[in-house]
Amino acid sequence: MMVLAAEHFVRSPQWLWYVLFYFFFAGIAGGSYAVATLLRLSGDVRDESAARIGFYVSLVATVICPILLTADLGVSWSRFWHMLIDVTPGDTGLNFKYWSPMSVGAWALLVFGFFAFVSAAEAWLSDRRDRPLVPPLLNRLFNVVGAVLGIFIASYTGVLLSVSNQPVWSDTWSIGGLFLASGLGGAAALIALLMRYRPDAAFSLGRLHQAAGFFSALELALMIVFFITVGAAGSLPRLLPWLALFALAVAGVAAGLVGARGQMRVMAAGGSATLTRVRLDTVTISLLVLVGVLALRAAVIFSAQ
Amino acid sequence: MATTIRPGETYGFFTDTSVCIGCKACEAACKEWNQLGGDSPSFLADSFDNTGNLDAENWRHVKFIEQVPDQPAATGNGTAWLMMSDVCKHCKHASCMEVCPTGAIIRTEFNTVFIQQDVCNGCRNCIAACPYSVIGMNQSTGTAHKCTLCYDRLQGGLEPACAKACPTQSIQFGPLAELQQAADVRLAALHSQGVAQAQLYGRDDKVYGGLNAFFLLMDKPETYGLPNAENAKLPSRNDLGGYVAAAITAILAVVGGLVAFRRRVTG
Repeated sequence: MMVLAAEHFVRSPQWLWYVLFYFFFAGIAGGSYAVATLLRLSGDVRDESAARIGFYVSLVATVICPILLTADLGVSWSRFWHMLIDVTPGDTGLNFKYWSPMSVGAWALLVFGFFAFVSAAEAWLSDRRDRPLVPPLLNRLFNVVGAVLGIFIASYTGVLLSVSNQPVWSDTWSIGGLFLASGLGGAAALIALLMRYRPDAAFSLGRLHQAAGFFSALELALMIVFFITVGAAGSLPRLLPWLALFALAVAGVAAGLVGARGQMRVMAAGGSATLTRVRLDTVTISLLVLVGVLALRAAVIFSAQ
Repeated sequence: MATTIRPGETYGFFTDTSVCIGCKACEAACKEWNQLGGDSPSFLADSFDNTGNLDAENWRHVKFIEQVPDQPAATGNGTAWLMMSDVCKHCKHASCMEVCPTGAIIRTEFNTVFIQQDVCNGCRNCIAACPYSVIGMNQSTGTAHKCTLCYDRLQGGLEPACAKACPTQSIQFGPLAELQQAADVRLAALHSQGVAQAQLYGRDDKVYGGLNAFFLLMDKPETYGLPNAENAKLPSRNDLGGYVAAAITAILAVVGGLVAFRRRVTG
């Protein structure tokens, strides 16, 4: 029998592993694009290498997203395109429901995919030519639009959960923001981690740690809001079995904060903001942050089901 | 109830739980007509009802709410054995329809809510949204299923199978306005007999704008697993709040990111 809590009498949609990993990669894809754009907007050409890592990460993660979404449809996988096209006899046409986050998200993912592809291609070609392919201003304008879409991709998954009648998910409005902050933190951590393979990008590492710390602080604040709102709705008992996952998410947040604090202490002591290479502590911090990103989504998704 | 069925008119069910005897004839008739195989037999061991839930294979489900007093000397006051033939409510403001991204869920010419099987792609967003736990996934078709209010029978001028099979007229089918009148009369009769706890659920617009399949209950809605008017909310209530929270987070994150990336300290 179903276990019913509070005033929710709803069935679980069984959004499990595919959806969990989709939410993870959507956060990384959108977050990486946004972080890469912020790096490019910083105005220092020495940040370009790190920015390009972000665009590459964004494309790879974006490519994985529709695969996971399609796989989640099971035997109806070949109808994935029904998200975009209404095939109702006599009423065929494009499908766009601004009030349904899943509908908006499907379109956003398609359009964002274009931006992620173009930006990664531009980064790749610029890497090969060893000089920018597109005039910087035009490139930045394009990136800003892409970053807005990326931020939407990283956050709408949380709004999608809230726009339901499931316990926990519909009891709070904070999940969209929470997933966004977490996705940005995870993206910064992953870019930092991948700097091992692109030493010239290490120039941005210290400030990437600081940005990740800020994203982590934001995530922590939203996590508190999440618990307060869910608690006020009487659904807190549903979170209790998943406290271990929430603890992992908090560990990821703590790692992000520790990384930022370590960098700030170096700077306060008169050290350089520029790190010369990715050390073991960065690897550890990045991995902890990424595990936290996944754990947070798992805890939120599973607690309602 | 002999009814002439005309497209363009609103039809529904009035389920009077006060006369339901739990025979499950409605469940059997529904499965028979709609060729539903049913779930594998299970023994739930917590009720005389072993159907359990509405799902892809059970579009009608007679809920048994057993509130038998622990003390044999006490009486149940008419609420010890509550039975209710549950079904899709065909809400006026349907949560499932609201969130469906494919347009698979439509309103028919009989003003009922229907899932087009050739359009549904199994995303399960409707399952997350339906506050009544009505919709289930058929794993073999990969699509969402629920009561169609016997759409095919209505098109042929026939009343739904469950209402036809119900031996006590607990399930009544007809034009919604006529059903609402009948329900008002029945409620008044029960109240005049001293059954003060009797109440209508979904008769007015307090629950999802009104239900095409509404009920006469012998206890509060929550006892039957139905959200009360206060808790009957549409998923879209969180649309604005969710996006606003995300937008504020985005603004803070962008500002924070720009500050972090612009910071320069000479070593």
